[in-house]
Amino acid sequence: MQHPLFWPTAALALLLLIDLIMIPGFFRLEIKDGHLYGSVIDIINRAAPLMLVALGMTLVIATRGIDISVGAVVAISGAVAAGLIGGDMVMINGAPEYVSKMPMVFALLIAMGAALLCGVWNGLLVSTLGLQPIIATLILMVAGRGLAQLLTDGQIITVYYKPFFFLGSGYLFGLPFSLFIVLAVGGLLLLLMRKTALGLFIQAVGINPVASRLAGIKTSALIFFVYMFCSACAGMAGLMISANIKSADANNAGLLMELDAILAVTLGGTSLAGGKFSLVGSIIGALIIQTLTYTIYSIGVPPEVNMVVKSIVVFIVCLSQSSQFRWHFSAAGIRSFKHFFAATK
Amino acid sequence: MKNAIQNLPKSLTLPKSAASQTRSLFNSPYFTSVITVALFAIMFGLGSFSYTGFFSVQVFFNLLIDNAYLLVIGIGMTFVILSGGIDLSVGSVLALTTMISAYLLESLHWPPLFVMICVLLIGSLFGAFMGALIHFFKLQAFIVTLAGMFFARGLCYLISINSITIDNPLYVSLSQARLTFFGAFISPSVMIALVMLGVAIYLAHYTRFGRAVYAIGGDEESALLMGLPVGRTKILIYSFSGFCASLAGILFSLYMLSGYGLHAQGAELDAIAAVVIGGTLLSGGYGYVAGTLSGVLILGVIQTLITFDGTLSSWWTKIVIGALLFIFCLAQRLLAIGGKARGKATA
Repeated sequence: MQHPLFWPTAALALLLLIDLIMIPGFFRLEIKDGHLYGSVIDIINRAAPLMLVALGMTLVIATRGIDISVGAVVAISGAVAAGLIGGDMVMINGAPEYVSKMPMVFALLIAMGAALLCGVWNGLLVSTLGLQPIIATLILMVAGRGLAQLLTDGQIITVYYKPFFFLGSGYLFGLPFSLFIVLAVGGLLLLLMRKTALGLFIQAVGINPVASRLAGIKTSALIFFVYMFCSACAGMAGLMISANIKSADANNAGLLMELDAILAVTLGGTSLAGGKFSLVGSIIGALIIQTLTYTIYSIGVPPEVNMVVKSIVVFIVCLSQSSQFRWHFSAAGIRSFKHFFAATK
Repeated sequence: MKNAIQNLPKSLTLPKSAASQTRSLFNSPYFTSVITVALFAIMFGLGSFSYTGFFSVQVFFNLLIDNAYLLVIGIGMTFVILSGGIDLSVGSVLALTTMISAYLLESLHWPPLFVMICVLLIGSLFGAFMGALIHFFKLQAFIVTLAGMFFARGLCYLISINSITIDNPLYVSLSQARLTFFGAFISPSVMIALVMLGVAIYLAHYTRFGRAVYAIGGDEESALLMGLPVGRTKILIYSFSGFCASLAGILFSLYMLSGYGLHAQGAELDAIAAVVIGGTLLSGGYGYVAGTLSGVLILGVIQTLITFDGTLSSWWTKIVIGALLFIFCLAQRLLAIGGKARGKATA
């Protein structure tokens, strides 16, 4: 019970148990056309963009920051990719075929470049100018969606080019392709954190930025790259989302996603005060959110309840992280409570 | 104004020559508020110059009519930001207020005045609850009000996922009432918002409560050591913000004559932007409630300019607001760095 991943895993297990009882055939997996199908696979596939964003957000929060512009970055990268790929119908050998406006690789690279630029912007404001992270990223949160709408001209851009869809709904070795992207990014990150000093540095900056700067850590460079990484993750998530819905919707893509990502990170046991963080925890947190949504939809509770349930979960998680709250339930707290009553008698 | 004087940097209260006086104007924190007013004048002037029919009292009054609700939210937000906190729930509390009012009026047929009192109470209690969580359990204001935002929006959808039209006679007559001034008209909402602004200015600058707010924003620990009622003040601040949000909800339901869960989405960000552009320091402890009015007017005039132009699309509003936010944050930051350097030089 002392392990930091105990509570998140227990929460996920509890949700899955509820699903097992309430939803018939929840864990059933089928193989159709060589692909695995089933509720669990569906949850993983839908949670993939959130898992990516949560990974980036974890590092930002670990350095005592916060990035509320990820939703806007999702909208921007989706808009750039969809706008550049588009898909014109041409006749090839007498059959209609959609081709990309420019080679897809370039389009994806440019979209990622746009996301990285957003990260550079956020990173500069936070690390060099020393703005409060929430305000620095608020600027991009407000303006970013406007930029995305500018790029799409306020319209929903539909993509017709098939290979692009692979990013969102493709399968590799029978499993969703998005899962491999998350595994790759997560795995790389875990390696960097465990096998190099980077994890320690990030933790040090989160616990005490001034002390770590005096100890010789390049604090501002580290913070800068963390924000860049977070935006890159959001950019990838944007590509996945627009590939999944086969269009770019600057108004709604990634709307409120920053909140879900922060929620996922908190659920995973990362402290919002910086310092302690858990990448695996954030992945589990994202899975909890998606499973919760799936459960709410499947057991026939009106979807409107979703937000209320989510917010109550945040309240509970926050309270459980608060040392003041825990104190009230600890032996010392109860003793002082008894003492208080004994004194008033 | 007593507070403002106490909050001024040392260099301002010392006797000074004319040259240092002009320098101190640029260096003083209220410089951003001055810029805001000048910027508003320039934008309004540019509009009057470029578009026929722009320069009129009515266009100015329309800024107030369309943004009365934002001004009221902004007033509550100013107090929260002055104390070094943030309240992300105001937009959804506004939406929840419109929804509850519409439900109570249309489905339960409660008397309209009673409904108004009820929603104001609900808003204040909601704020007080969040304030209590923030104070007693030392939770971050950001995350608590974020959860509050989810919660209030979720409650809206629990009442109904559709928009509910309000056709209560009092609401309809209030929304259609026109008060004539200088040959132009304003709505009663504007009067309410301006009265609220007056009350807030009094609260911030002439009461113990206001002094405590500034002190907490300056340095919470010192405020505590000074013996100020930090906990009570913090809870009051968030209840006041909740009260403002639900009052804004009443104004909004007069404006739209409907309750809807999607009303005023993103209003919290507009309110924060207005407060920042109005010259209040985001780190807390410095700013003017009156500055929020000019912040709101600037946001309004951007929208009006875009409407008058006709060729620009609405997303330009967001981009321009973002750019303005950037400029003002940058200015505040540079002032803060300048202030520190000056402090070192005089010490």
